[in-house]
Amino acid sequence: MSTFLGFPTRRGAKTLPDGGTHHGAPGTTAGPGWADDVPHPDAPLRWGETFPEAARQALQNTQLRRNLAHATSTIRAKRAAVVGEVPDWEALRDAGSTIKAHVMSDLPHLLEELERNVTARGGVVHWARDAAEANRIVADLVKATGETEVVKVKSMVTQEIGLNEALADEGIAAFETDLAELIVQLADDMPSHILVPAIHRNRSEIREIFLERMGDAPPDLTDAPRELAMAARAHLRRKFLSAKVAISGANFAVADTGTLAVVESEGNGRMCLTLPETLITVMGIEKLIPTYQDLEVFMALLPRSSTGERMNPYTSLWTGVTPGDGPQEFHLVLLDNGRTKALADEVGRAALHCIRCSACLNVCPVYERVGGHAYGSVYPGPIGAVLTPQLTGSTGRSDPNNSLPYASTLCGACYDVCPVKIDIPSLLVHLRAREVDQDRGRPTAWGAAMKAASFVMAKPGRFELAEKAGGVTRVLGGSKGRITSLPFPGSRWTDARDLPVLPKQSFREWWATDHAAHEPAPPASPEDPASPDTTGGPR
Amino acid sequence: MSARDDILARVRAAVITDGAHLGDAVAAQAPISREYRTTGEHSPGSAEAVEILVDRLVDYRAIVHRAATETDLARTVGELLADARSVVVPPGVPAGWTGTLGDGTAVVQDSREDRRTAAELDQVDAVLTASRLAVADTGTIVLDGEDDQGRRAITLVPDLHVCVVRTEQVVHTLPEAVTILAAHPTRPQTWISGPSATSDIELSRVEGVHGPRTLHVILLG
Repeated sequence: MSTFLGFPTRRGAKTLPDGGTHHGAPGTTAGPGWADDVPHPDAPLRWGETFPEAARQALQNTQLRRNLAHATSTIRAKRAAVVGEVPDWEALRDAGSTIKAHVMSDLPHLLEELERNVTARGGVVHWARDAAEANRIVADLVKATGETEVVKVKSMVTQEIGLNEALADEGIAAFETDLAELIVQLADDMPSHILVPAIHRNRSEIREIFLERMGDAPPDLTDAPRELAMAARAHLRRKFLSAKVAISGANFAVADTGTLAVVESEGNGRMCLTLPETLITVMGIEKLIPTYQDLEVFMALLPRSSTGERMNPYTSLWTGVTPGDGPQEFHLVLLDNGRTKALADEVGRAALHCIRCSACLNVCPVYERVGGHAYGSVYPGPIGAVLTPQLTGSTGRSDPNNSLPYASTLCGACYDVCPVKIDIPSLLVHLRAREVDQDRGRPTAWGAAMKAASFVMAKPGRFELAEKAGGVTRVLGGSKGRITSLPFPGSRWTDARDLPVLPKQSFREWWATDHAAHEPAPPASPEDPASPDTTGGPR
Repeated sequence: MSARDDILARVRAAVITDGAHLGDAVAAQAPISREYRTTGEHSPGSAEAVEILVDRLVDYRAIVHRAATETDLARTVGELLADARSVVVPPGVPAGWTGTLGDGTAVVQDSREDRRTAAELDQVDAVLTASRLAVADTGTIVLDGEDDQGRRAITLVPDLHVCVVRTEQVVHTLPEAVTILAAHPTRPQTWISGPSATSDIELSRVEGVHGPRTLHVILLG
């Protein structure tokens, strides 16, 4: 065993000059009964190769694709059924979208209002510019309690800042309590989905992980989901009952009351939010909603979009400290970590409206095939492709995050299902333009290709010569009729997609032959079955 | 500059462009749209609203019972808890509700002033509470920590929850519920929709993980 629960080791990671981290090919750290762990990166928003390279590797994993296809099709059907029964769904989406736009525009005021209300109810508010600052604050708060163990509710933002690893460095063990997060943590893996972090695992892999890593899994454990869930219940029960400190994220923070909301299913959230003496909540500054009444919109949108349920089993709402009920010490850490950068982009800021439902992942044809790890960020899928590069900013041309806005066919399914109507396809195009603009004035392969094409096409003689040279492509393509790999600079194209070979006969050659044979007859109608050219014409 | 001032300055710089506050532009373009339903067709406590609630509760594997009177209620509670060695009750639960419990079922008291520890609650088989309200559309029961519902821990640690909902507390839609709850927004709330569940393993739903694995709902009235 290369890891102790709560102290995941970082393996195979090397730090790049730009501060990001690349790890080796997946598949190198697998346990005995499961495959393709992704080791913990130093930068949870920038790990692995560029998207095309990571996608190419992911696509070779047929088990992953089977797991994903099953999971995403199941959840798509559930979502469609429960959304279909809401007659005012579109009106709710409009409300969600416009409320979030107002939150962004009024953020300075709303943040101060939230701080005031949380403080008035006995909470302590902290502010963190970036991940390191947030981790420092949380570690110091835990140390102040004298504890060396904390229980955690599943939270995207603490994944984003690599909190568990930072706490481990300080000698504090963080125990994930969400079943899927537990699976991911035990396997020393990375989450691959916002809602179902272990969506890439099937039941037999989960059984193997539990038997190998849990320590107290029953030896006769089968792969029945109920048995696996009960093993997790038994494993975590003692932790819950004895934990003194809990760490959570927040789904919503209500500015006008100071109320925090955590939406969950298993009850692990309630355990963490209720039983410990100290609660530390970390949340991005964009998670605000203006008024308590606005919960009627977001609590209608989120569960149906997320798990495909009319309502999730448990939602906890708390405001500061309630004497005699729940944690008597409450800290709220408000995190920027790139959000103000995204906010400053008038188009891109819409990505901050996201309520992390993950509906866009489940409908995305790209996500369904490559899975979450290929995005190299804790925020995968369509929303990750617009959120991640904005949070990190670009470190330059070699930044793998530059490739994320291309991880889409722009089919628009993500926009259709987004409960707060984030126009993800338009954001993707906007970010692509931003990436291209970075390269303006620099020599690029694309620019060189365009210059060459313009030279060739300027004179008919040059074009004809170039067409003849096209015969070379048939040699490269071989019997497949497709070129899958060209040397640089052609590799810039073939890295991402295949190139068809050019046909034997060019259009100009066909025209010349065809018209020599049929002069002066008019061109045959394409519908004419007797046309002699249907087999000899260009493909 | 403190992190607070720094972040607030960055936020202000981001939303105020060319001297104009973004908020003004957003307000002009798209005022907040509230065209959604804020009330349902069925009035609070109506037979139709209750029927929808029952349908949703059953769908999420809660076990639903009806009690026309407090006497019926007490009898049902007695039956449901016949095998329970102990039941924890908050201070505001009417004494009559536990009146038919057998000698084998100890009644454990818990209040904000006199709290049972988590370890003690772990030894208790069941919990009996009232509720603040229920939402028919979503099959949701809301507890807000008042005396007849108790501290959040007591409805969490025991494995069986018997929850009493008065039919007049049943509203049709979520906005109607939020409007009622907004009168006391800072009370600690738990919204419960069926027993705890997980879909983390191949998205197949398993009921009963960390919260009470069995949820009995008694509709009173």
